[in-house]
Order: sequence, then C-alpha cells, then structure tokens
Amino acid sequence: MQTGIKANQSASLPEHPERATLEGKNKVLGVWFFLGGETVLFASFFGTFLALRDGTANGPSGAELFSLPLVFIMTMLLLTSSLTSVLAVWAMQSNEYRKMQRWLTLTVLLGFGFLAFEIFEFVEYAHQGLRFSTSAFSSAFYTLVGCHGAHVTFGLIWIILLQLQGMKKGINLTTAPKYYVASLYWHFIDVVWVFIFTVVYLMGKVG
Amino acid sequence: MSQPTLEQKPEKDRKKGFGQTLWEWLTTVDHKKIGIMYLVSGGLFFLIAGVQAMLIRIQLMVPENDFLTAFTYNELLTMHGTIMIFFAAMPILVGFMNAIVPLQIGARDLAFPFLNALGFWLFLLGALLLNVSWFMGGAPNAGWTNYVPLSSGYEGSGIDFYVLGLQISGFGTLITGINFLVTIINMRAPGMTLMRMPMFTWTALTMSALILFAFPPLTAGLFLVMFDRIFDANFFDVAAGGNVIIWQHLFWIFGHPEVYILILPSFGIISEVIPTFAKKRLFGYEAMVFATILIAFVGFMVWAHHMFTVGLGPFVNVLFGIATMIIAVPTGIKIFNWLFTLWGGRIQFTAASLWALGFIPTFVMGGVTGVMVSVAPADYQYHDSYFVVAHFHYVIVGGVVLAVFAGLHYWWPKMFNRKLNEPLGKATFWLFLIGFHLTFFVQHFLGLWGMPRRYFTYIGGQGLDTGNLISTVGSLLMGGASVLLLINIIMTAIRGVPADHDPWDGRTLEWATPTPVPKYNFAQIPQVRGLDAYWLAKMEGKKDLPAAEPPGPIHMPSPSIIPFIMALGLFISGWGFCLHSFYEDSFIPYLIGIIGLVIAFGCMAIHSLIDDPGIHIEPSEHNKERET
Ligand SMILES: [Cu+2]
Repeated sequence: MQTGIKANQSASLPEHPERATLEGKNKVLGVWFFLGGETVLFASFFGTFLALRDGTANGPSGAELFSLPLVFIMTMLLLTSSLTSVLAVWAMQSNEYRKMQRWLTLTVLLGFGFLAFEIFEFVEYAHQGLRFSTSAFSSAFYTLVGCHGAHVTFGLIWIILLQLQGMKKGINLTTAPKYYVASLYWHFIDVVWVFIFTVVYLMGKVG
Repeated sequence: MSQPTLEQKPEKDRKKGFGQTLWEWLTTVDHKKIGIMYLVSGGLFFLIAGVQAMLIRIQLMVPENDFLTAFTYNELLTMHGTIMIFFAAMPILVGFMNAIVPLQIGARDLAFPFLNALGFWLFLLGALLLNVSWFMGGAPNAGWTNYVPLSSGYEGSGIDFYVLGLQISGFGTLITGINFLVTIINMRAPGMTLMRMPMFTWTALTMSALILFAFPPLTAGLFLVMFDRIFDANFFDVAAGGNVIIWQHLFWIFGHPEVYILILPSFGIISEVIPTFAKKRLFGYEAMVFATILIAFVGFMVWAHHMFTVGLGPFVNVLFGIATMIIAVPTGIKIFNWLFTLWGGRIQFTAASLWALGFIPTFVMGGVTGVMVSVAPADYQYHDSYFVVAHFHYVIVGGVVLAVFAGLHYWWPKMFNRKLNEPLGKATFWLFLIGFHLTFFVQHFLGLWGMPRRYFTYIGGQGLDTGNLISTVGSLLMGGASVLLLINIIMTAIRGVPADHDPWDGRTLEWATPTPVPKYNFAQIPQVRGLDAYWLAKMEGKKDLPAAEPPGPIHMPSPSIIPFIMALGLFISGWGFCLHSFYEDSFIPYLIGIIGLVIAFGCMAIHSLIDDPGIHIEPSEHNKERET
C-alpha cells in the first residue's frame, strides 16, 4: 500500500487532473448539473417554509425557540469545513497525497461537529414542544433544515469512503475527479446553509 | 478475448438460454438495448393505459351507465392519466433518445452508461410500484394531479403508491436528464458544433434541461404529501397552519414544463421525419433552435395558467395569461418552418411521413385551444370542463402520440433491423387519425355545453348523449388502430426482411452506421463537416463519412447488475412505506422502508468503490465484424 502511494506521488499529474480525461470532464459537468437540480429542490423547500413559517398553530414559533449563538457556531463550523475542502482540492491538484488526506479529515471532523450541534438543536426543540407534527411551521422547518442535515450526512459518508479508497489508490486520473466533485458538493451544502441561516434563523428571530 | 469467427456467431446466439438472455438484459449498459427496453416497457404501459381509457369511454357511452362504479372510475381516471404521462409518453421518448442521440452525435455511448441503466430500472420499478396498488387496497383515485387535501387527508392507501412510485421513477428521470445534458455537451464528434446538431438532438438537450429544473419541484411536492400522509406532518392541514395551494404551485411548476418535456422531443422527431421525406434541408434551422430554447425558457413562467380559478388575483392571472400566449409565437415559427420545408419538396408518402403530416394540423388545433384557455376570464368557463380534456388530448395525443408513431416507423429499421410493414402502417395511421378526431373534437362542444370533467356519469336528455356516443365510437377506432400496430410489429418480427442501413435515404449520422449497429456504434468516430453530415457526404459521392481518428482499440464499459439491485432496493423501500396504512402503529413498514434504502445506498457505495476496467475491443475484431 505504502509503495503504491509513493508511486502515485512520484508520477506527474497534469495541472487539472480532475479534467484530464473525458470521464473526469463528464463527472465534473454532471455534478454541476446535479447541483443545479438540487438548487431547485431546496428552493421548493424554502418556498414552502416561507409560506408556512407563520403557521405555528398552537406550537412554539421560531422566534421563541431559536438560539442565534448556537446557530452561529454551526455556521462557523460549516464555513471552515468548506475552506478545508478547498485546501484538500489544492493539495490534490499539486499531487500532495498526505496533505490532501489531512485536510479531508479536518473537513469531516468539522462536518461531524456541525451535525452533532444540529442533532442537539433538534432534540432540544422537541423537548420544548416543537415536534415534526406540531404545526405546519414545524413540519416545514424540520423538512428544510432536516433535508440539509441529510445532505451533510450523505456528504460525510461520501468523503470518508473516498478517503478509504484513497488509501489504496492514491491520487490518479480516476480518483482526482471524485475528490473534486465531492468538494463541489460540500461547497453547495455550505451555500445552502448560508441561506438557511439567513432565511430561517435570522429572519425567524428578527423579521 | 475470444475472436468469434463468422460461422460461430449465430450458433453462439442460438445456444443462449433464457436465463442467459435475461441476465444480459438485466445487466446491460448499452444505450441501444436500454433504448429498446424503454420502448417496450413504455409501449406496454401505453396499451394498459389505453385499455383504461376505453373502459372510461364505455362507461360514458350512454347516460347513467353502471358499467363501472364511481370508485373504480376514479381509479381508472387517475391511473390512465398518470401512466400515460409518466410511464408511456416519457419513457417512449427517452427510449428514442437513448437509441438515436448517441448515433446522431457520433458517440459510442452516453456519458454515464451505468447511470443510464439505473435511470431505466428506477423508471420501470417506480411504474411497477404504482401498479402494485391495484392488488393492495386499490389504485390511487385523486386524479393525476393528486390535489390536496383530498389526496393528503381523505383518500386511501392508493395515494401512497402514487407518491412513492412517482418519486422513484422521478429520480430515474432526473438522472437520465443529467446524463443526456452531459452527453450532448461533452461527447459530440469532432466538427459537430452546436449549430450542426440534428434537431432531434437539440430537442433532447432542451428537454433534458427542462427535466433538470422541473422534476425537483415535483420531488419536493411528493415529499410533502408523503410526510403528511405517513409522518403526520401538517403541510396541507389548514387547521394546523397548513396551506393547500402549495401543492398546486409545486405540481404545476413541474407540470407545465412537463408538457414541453413531452412535446419538444416530439417536435424533434417531426423535424427529422419531414426533411427526410421532403428531400429538403429543414427550413429555418436556426429559427427552429431558437424557438425550441424560447419555448423551454418561457415554459417555466406560465404554470399558474392551471390555477386561474384559484383566486390568485387579476394581476397574476393576466401576467401568466400573457406569458402563455407568448409561447404560441415560437410554436408558430416551428409550424411554418415545417410547412416551408414541405414547400417545393419531393414529398414521399411513407407511413412515417403520413404520421408527421397528420401531426401538423392536429397539433395546431390543440395550440389554438391552448391560446383560448390562456385567456383567464374565458377560462372560468372552460375550467374543469371537457373543453380542457379536448385541449390537452389534442396536444398530447395529437402532438406527442402522432410524433411517437412517426418516430416508430422512421427509426424502427435502425433499432430492430427491420422495416415495419408500410401498407399496414398507413392503414393504422388513417384509422387512428379518424378515431382520434372523432373522440376528441366533439369533446370541445361537450365542454362548452356544460359537461364537467372527471364525473363518472351524466343524466340523459341534456344534449350530451350523442356527443358522448360519438366520442366512445372514436376511441374504439383508436383502440383498433393500436391493435393493427401491434399486429404489424409481430408480423415484422416474424417475417420482416432485414433492412438496409439507410432505408429512407437519411440525412443524419444515425443512418451512416451499419445495421445492426455494432456495440461500439462507430469503428472510427466520424468527422462532421456540416448540418445533415451524412447527406453532405452522400452528395459528395462518398459512401462513408470521413473518420476523425485512426482505427484503434475501443474501450466500452462492462455490464453490471448493480443498477437493477439499486432500483430494487428503492422499490422495496417504497413498498415498505406504502404498508404503513395496513399495519398501523407497527414498525415493520418503516423497517422494510429502511432496509430498502440501505440496499440502495449500499449499492451506490459499492459502485463508487470498485473501478470498472471496462472491455477493450481490438481493431482486428471490429474490422472482422464490419466485414459481415
Ligand atoms: Cu400548462
């Protein structure tokens, strides 16, 4: 295994290894389109949330529940993980295998930190009387934020699997596009969170 | 790798047992085979939903008929619409795209052959899940539009099958859309610029973009209904702060572009058939491309014309009404371009060209009533009446189905190596066309005379009796025409003579390939020098297209069973969740639901971890195949 990695490291890679083959090019473009579709999916959930955010029925409202410091910490964790995933891609492009794995590990840890806070948050809200079936607001809130959380979970598993695969295969023209698109996906999740932070939490607390 | 000699090959084919053949189709990632599977299963669903339509028409043949109960009628009505749109029209068109687009752009397969197979199996198993409902508590019965709160709070278990069946097949459609977008953008042969692409490929590209942006709202809406029904959410429960209009918006943000998802590839087929049989270049190619893109773009801004009577206010209604009328302009451009292509051409009246010629006036009639219903104040009169039923059948049957039949006769030789019987094809055309107009023309008037849609019966002596009788007779003629087509297909399969590789003297690249098309499509990727590249080559007196690459080994992806198992996992999961209304307060449905998801995601992980080395075909091998 060790020698395999060394062989991969010494082999020279083109400047953009993720786009060096037709398969790589297809993968990158395909993921861009996929994220376009995901944008519309989240837009639909955002629209639903905006239409229902005052439909609290007899349950608690967002203004009563949301704790901005907690959400701020979550935002920082996710934004930082986006940065570390960029650093991982840069390391990948300059063929520095170990560095890439280190940045990916950090990305995963930050992602898990975010997820832990989110689970804590949901449990806390449930204790305070906001369950999925409490009101239209609660259903819309958990659907939108939960959909994002599910995307984070999926992304984490994806990146971990890529890391495990990387231990065997290192960086080459087949694996490079995989790291690249996983990082694209991770940025997308981050951008969606920025909107959730603004539309759900800030506007829910203030507006 | 073994090198089959000429004598060995047919013997090897004959030896193949049923199990081996089945395995081959279950694991195939070849776009030509997947195209055939789409066509066959779409055709099967077309027949099923067609029979359902006939049952509906028999019930309405005479007033106060008791052939069907109201409940069964609602089930048939819902299933007819849902199957025709999602599981007949779309897969048949995607089947043509699969079979033809890679050939038209000079590619060896789609960008993601594995995902192509996955998309097909998701479609098929999603469709099967919907149809399983008949045997488990009854089919969905809230109409193909599945309006809430009827569907979310009042109707039985059938709705769960609707929601999960469409959800699963919707994922497949989305994957397929992305696949075609990437394929057409990245994998065109050298020299095939965007403005040299055949019209069918252009419409496939536009349709795929529509799928990408139109299906996610449906996905979102289906999730909301599912959550309301299975997990006690309150999206559509007004007492808990919900709002029922959200579903209508999400459904129609998908639903209107869906019309163009169906009609644009149909336009594409017509744009291939007419120039071929008029022996002229397509008139106004650039305008056609422009019109296609414009229709797709504006098509996203008109959805509320399905909601004129909801009460969104005059401003919204006028805005959406005008946007709808604007679409008539690019559509008109297309109609005139086809007419000008025919103008002065040497028109050959083959079966395929008859279907295409029948398409033009029939579709125009659907377009005219479309402009009529886009006038919001007038729509208060048309809404939920048979006028609307007539309108959308003129568009979907008069547009999509006629185009599909044109495509069927046109591309059959390339897909199945045999020509369909021409006289029989022409007879089918006339029977179907007459039956169609008999069925639906009179429905305009039935609507204006006050007959509401979706009602399972009506009282006699109110001026509706004759019209309904005529309509039913017409539908029987259409049924007869479908039987004729079936006979034609069977006869061709048994007795048809092998077709030439270019039986219509075609213009585009698919006709440059040998028939049967080899696995890798092109031994050498062709160099494209202009629009209608094959025609240009033939006009220069060449038999073959110039090659863009020297002969060399060809790399093809290996077959895989994973797409099938993955789709099966989602099928099991969806079926599990559907069980919730049979086993209330039990964890078993959710357990099955989660097991299915684990299977699906497990397959996904396995696929991403294992690299496919693929199959290499050496030049000597394909040279040998070529000589045959
Ligand atoms: Cu519409």
